[in-house]
Amino acid sequence: MSEKALMKGNEAIAEAAIRCGCRHYFGYPITPQTEIAAYMAKRMPKIGGTFLQAESEIAAINMVYGCASTGRRAMTSSSSPGVSLKAEGMSYLAGADLPALIVNVQRGGPGLGGIQPSQSDYFFMTRGPGHGDFHIIVLAPATVQEMADLTRLAFELGEKYRMPAMLLADGTMGQMMEPVVLPEEQTDPAEVMKGKPWAVTGTGMKRPHNIINSLYLKPDELEKTNIERFKRYEQLERDETRWEEYLMDDAEICVVSTGITARVSKNAIAECRRRGIKVGMIRPITLFPFPKAPLAKAAEKVKCFITVELNMGQMSEDVELAVRCSKPVAMCNRVGGMIPSTDEVVAAIEKEAK
Amino acid sequence: MTYETVMAGFGGQGLLFSGKVLAYAGLLEGRELSWLPSYGPEMRGGTCNCSVIISDEPVGSPIIAHPNVLMVMNEPSLDKFEDAVAPGGTIFVDSSLIARKVRRADVDVVYIPATQMATEMEAASLANMIMLGAIVEKLGCVKSETMLDALKHTISARKANLLDLNLKAVEAGRRFMADSAASPA
Amino acid sequence: MAVVFEKPKALTDAVLHYCPGCTHGIVHRLVAEAIDKLGIEGRTIGIAPVGCSVMAYDYFACDMIEASHGRAPAVATGVKRSLPDSIVFTYQGDGDLASIGLCETVSCACRGENVTVIFINNAIYGMTGGQMAPTSLVGQVTQTSPYGRDPATQGMPIRICELLASLDAPAYLARVAVNSVPNVRKAGQAILKAFRNQVEGKGFSLVEVVSTCPTNWGLTPEKACQWVAEKMIPFYPLGVYRDKDADAAKEAAK
Repeated sequence: MSEKALMKGNEAIAEAAIRCGCRHYFGYPITPQTEIAAYMAKRMPKIGGTFLQAESEIAAINMVYGCASTGRRAMTSSSSPGVSLKAEGMSYLAGADLPALIVNVQRGGPGLGGIQPSQSDYFFMTRGPGHGDFHIIVLAPATVQEMADLTRLAFELGEKYRMPAMLLADGTMGQMMEPVVLPEEQTDPAEVMKGKPWAVTGTGMKRPHNIINSLYLKPDELEKTNIERFKRYEQLERDETRWEEYLMDDAEICVVSTGITARVSKNAIAECRRRGIKVGMIRPITLFPFPKAPLAKAAEKVKCFITVELNMGQMSEDVELAVRCSKPVAMCNRVGGMIPSTDEVVAAIEKEAK
Repeated sequence: MTYETVMAGFGGQGLLFSGKVLAYAGLLEGRELSWLPSYGPEMRGGTCNCSVIISDEPVGSPIIAHPNVLMVMNEPSLDKFEDAVAPGGTIFVDSSLIARKVRRADVDVVYIPATQMATEMEAASLANMIMLGAIVEKLGCVKSETMLDALKHTISARKANLLDLNLKAVEAGRRFMADSAASPA
Repeated sequence: MAVVFEKPKALTDAVLHYCPGCTHGIVHRLVAEAIDKLGIEGRTIGIAPVGCSVMAYDYFACDMIEASHGRAPAVATGVKRSLPDSIVFTYQGDGDLASIGLCETVSCACRGENVTVIFINNAIYGMTGGQMAPTSLVGQVTQTSPYGRDPATQGMPIRICELLASLDAPAYLARVAVNSVPNVRKAGQAILKAFRNQVEGKGFSLVEVVSTCPTNWGLTPEKACQWVAEKMIPFYPLGVYRDKDADAAKEAAK
């Protein structure tokens, strides 16, 4: 077990990635995630890795595409406006069934927006992070520890299911420091190459050529690849959905929240409990796959849900879908970089408790 | 006990760093903690603050609505945060930079001419450390030895030559606090 | 009976989908010959673009990656940084390299990535059916310049070799053509050099191949070759625009 370190969330992602055997980082500066690039720029040259500041976010994600094609653990990171530019690349990664890590430390939008925390890319990341019919794995950390732990999980799930994985954090998670236990160092770099017969590494004149590709001009073939991919998504949902339940045993109201707002909600729930309100929380850790089953189960006993999120109501739609609108879903939200205070969340819970 | 500390002033006064030293001391003591900076386009000269929570309980939100410790190093920051301080909390004021007095009657107030003291020590940029020394001495939120340890761990390689001066600044803050406790005004 | 002509080993047996008279087949062959001559097929990774040569991954026997439109130099960078001992080439058309991917092209060249770029300039978008390319000539009629390319509204054609020659990093920049047997021979030598440079670690090498598109030009293959000689080459002069090897040799001879 490693010792606890004090790190910013962004730095924890970078160090965790390195310890997971990632030796290739490609990125372009943008607030509030630049610490990841700065950390990689410092560390990678010392461990024989590659840090490359690309000419654009588009180039960066395509460098990731090239690197991932060789079977290496590749990553890039950005924030909302930059991730828009990566959409094309994410679609190609998904179409070519390539694993890669993309970090999105969200800021307010649309357009240039602001630089303060946001969760407004929820739809973009969970619904359609690019053209075509596909998903990426989306993980939402709520602690610096999870920034590190989910970095490892993103690499592992991405490789297991052959799909890109995203760490979807908000600006607060990237900027804050907390104690963190970093994952064990991956000592064997050959480890990450295992089980990747598809990788382009040169034929060595020993096997037929491998092709990394997303082009299928015959519609029946393309249909087949889409259906096969969605079967993997089903398995992903069955086996890999993750969430945290907090004080749900006797809860009559269920808060649903991720990232920084889940942290604020915990404080609010503690305060409401002191006031005698039976309230708990389900915190989705995987946003795709979304924890539909535990929400549906909660719907059988709670009288309502409240989503606390930094957007105009995006995850709330997933909650409504998960519970088939069987119970009302209220919202407590702030946008543009604002974060609801504990008092605001308490007020929202009290309103529903009446 | 949970210490919810906000340190606020101008960019360049080392507020994020003094917060980090405090947080690191918490880490060394195995306490629960969080450190959250304000971040923005102003690297120097703009307003700047950080929030440090040190607790024996797991930290929920790292955002502090009602600090029970406020350290202010310019007047706009006092204006901004004075009313938010929890009743019974403590406000540490750099009185060489802030002319006015705290208006609240339900909080404890410590006035420290930190910037002036630092200038006299020929370490004008270390007023933040004097303030920190005073906070730790008065509140005991972390042990002062751990804080000195924390300082050794957190100071950047580029500024390692300033470690002794930093330690002296912390000591000056502690002494100021101890002296004023011994002879209340 | 003696074998006097055979298919290069670095090409697969797949039947090319290119139009009759198209010069892609010639350039594919020249690339494959270079790979064979240098004996590098087993460690070569090719990157196919979006454009007529989008399916080049089926034709080259080495490992292949299909890139999104214009991004091949970025993908090549990712591969080369992951596998420094591999030989990485991109094969890109004029829309891909000189328009949508110009930023990736210039940045890759500027970094001096040790990769080989084969640039097919036929002054038109072939795959989408004959629209104006960044390299279409002044007055050239295409689907999207039906009255002829007008510099006042559509700008002047772009000369990639000259543009990249303003950078310090590239090791080798050459413009060749494949409209005649002597030109094909010279093109083969240039392509071989561009690959050899990479094997020897010399850095970014690009060969611009002035090519034809009989289908979208509306000319017979023979007339298309004439059009290259009469219209294309005067605007896109053939020659070597950068050769660090030759420069070093000259310097040494002084």
